Amino acid sequence: MIESDAFVQALQDMGVNFFTGVPDSMLGGIIAELMDRRLYTPAVREDEAVAMAAGAYMGGKVPAVLMQNSGLGTSLNTLISLNLIYHQPCILIVSWRGQGGKDAPEHLVMGEVMPQLLDTMKIPHRTLTEAGAIEDFKWIAETFMKQRIPVALFITKGVVKGLHP
Amino acid sequence: MRPEQGTLISRAQAMAALLELLTDQPVIICNGFPSREAQKLVDRPTHFYMIGSMGSAPAIALGVALAKPHKQVITFDGDGNVLMGMGTLATVAALKPKNFIHVVFDNEVYGTTGNQPTISNVVPLEKVAKAAGYTNVERVLDLDDLVYEFKDMLKKDGPSMLLIKVNEFAEDAGRVVLDPPDITKRFMKAIE
Ligand SMILES: Cc1ncc(C[n+]2csc(CCOP(=O)(O)OP(=O)(O)O)c2C)c(N)n1
Ligand SMILES: [Mg+2]
Repeated sequence: MIESDAFVQALQDMGVNFFTGVPDSMLGGIIAELMDRRLYTPAVREDEAVAMAAGAYMGGKVPAVLMQNSGLGTSLNTLISLNLIYHQPCILIVSWRGQGGKDAPEHLVMGEVMPQLLDTMKIPHRTLTEAGAIEDFKWIAETFMKQRIPVALFITKGVVKGLHP
Repeated sequence: MRPEQGTLISRAQAMAALLELLTDQPVIICNGFPSREAQKLVDRPTHFYMIGSMGSAPAIALGVALAKPHKQVITFDGDGNVLMGMGTLATVAALKPKNFIHVVFDNEVYGTTGNQPTISNVVPLEKVAKAAGYTNVERVLDLDDLVYEFKDMLKKDGPSMLLIKVNEFAEDAGRVVLDPPDITKRFMKAIE
């Protein structure tokens, strides 16, 4: 399991310096670490977080947005009619609730369709693994810089240490 | 027509007066007629014209304001837009960026889509902002007050909201002509 502080440090080492989002329990450890480091700007909706990140990007920051995958649904229009149309990149750190059909009922549909949804929107994505983490982060940074569009990193259960082990 | 309709100024008249008081401040303008009219009135590289993501103008402006704390950041918004992204009033109020001015052109309609009524005739948006915790809030009905209050807000620490009651008149302004990626590039360079 990746420690939350190592995860945050890896993002900071990549140059990410603006973090916003809406919590999910699976992201609790990461958000706690970001708050400890006074790096986290809380949003009230995921589409707001995405728009705030776009503004921060235009102001010279490298932004990341943390969200549960249900928040991708909330963010759809902003990702399309702001980020994709205006070529504004951001790193989406998305907890994959409902993966493999094992979760609360509200997560099952999004859990199943999420990768296809992002494929349809042409937003590149990857699933973080402990063994491949260095590669994953490198890929995120390269995609962000080259394509200037949002890029998503899925976080599955147990890969990054949460608040409640 | 509302009783005061005949006496109110138009959104474009209000916007022209504001733009005259601005120089190189970043201005994020909501989608629909507001962006089109701003582009027609005065096109500056510091203008970020939106063509979509309705409701997001103040969130984008907030991101710019946090990234550029030494620049005063303005957003031009509409009543329909504010209602769609109303949570952002809370986010702004909680974060209290001093360099944030939220201008709302309140015509009580979704003007861009054909003047369907919004609910801002019964929900005073500036009071929502005030209750949320904006530092300065003003509601103005004419050009003199608008100029006076906006000048004052430019001197004060925010977050501030200037809500301007305007009529439904829309300028004959074409769609935003610049390509969105060029708007991004131009804006970034201008506010560097
Ligand atoms: C998500 C979304 N829903 C609906 C629209 C259509 N639309 C574009 S502008 C607009 C009205 C905006 O109203 P307001 O903010 O009051 O500005 P006004 O046109 O009155 O100046 C609407 C409904 C849209 N662009 N995006
Ligand atoms: Mg309106």
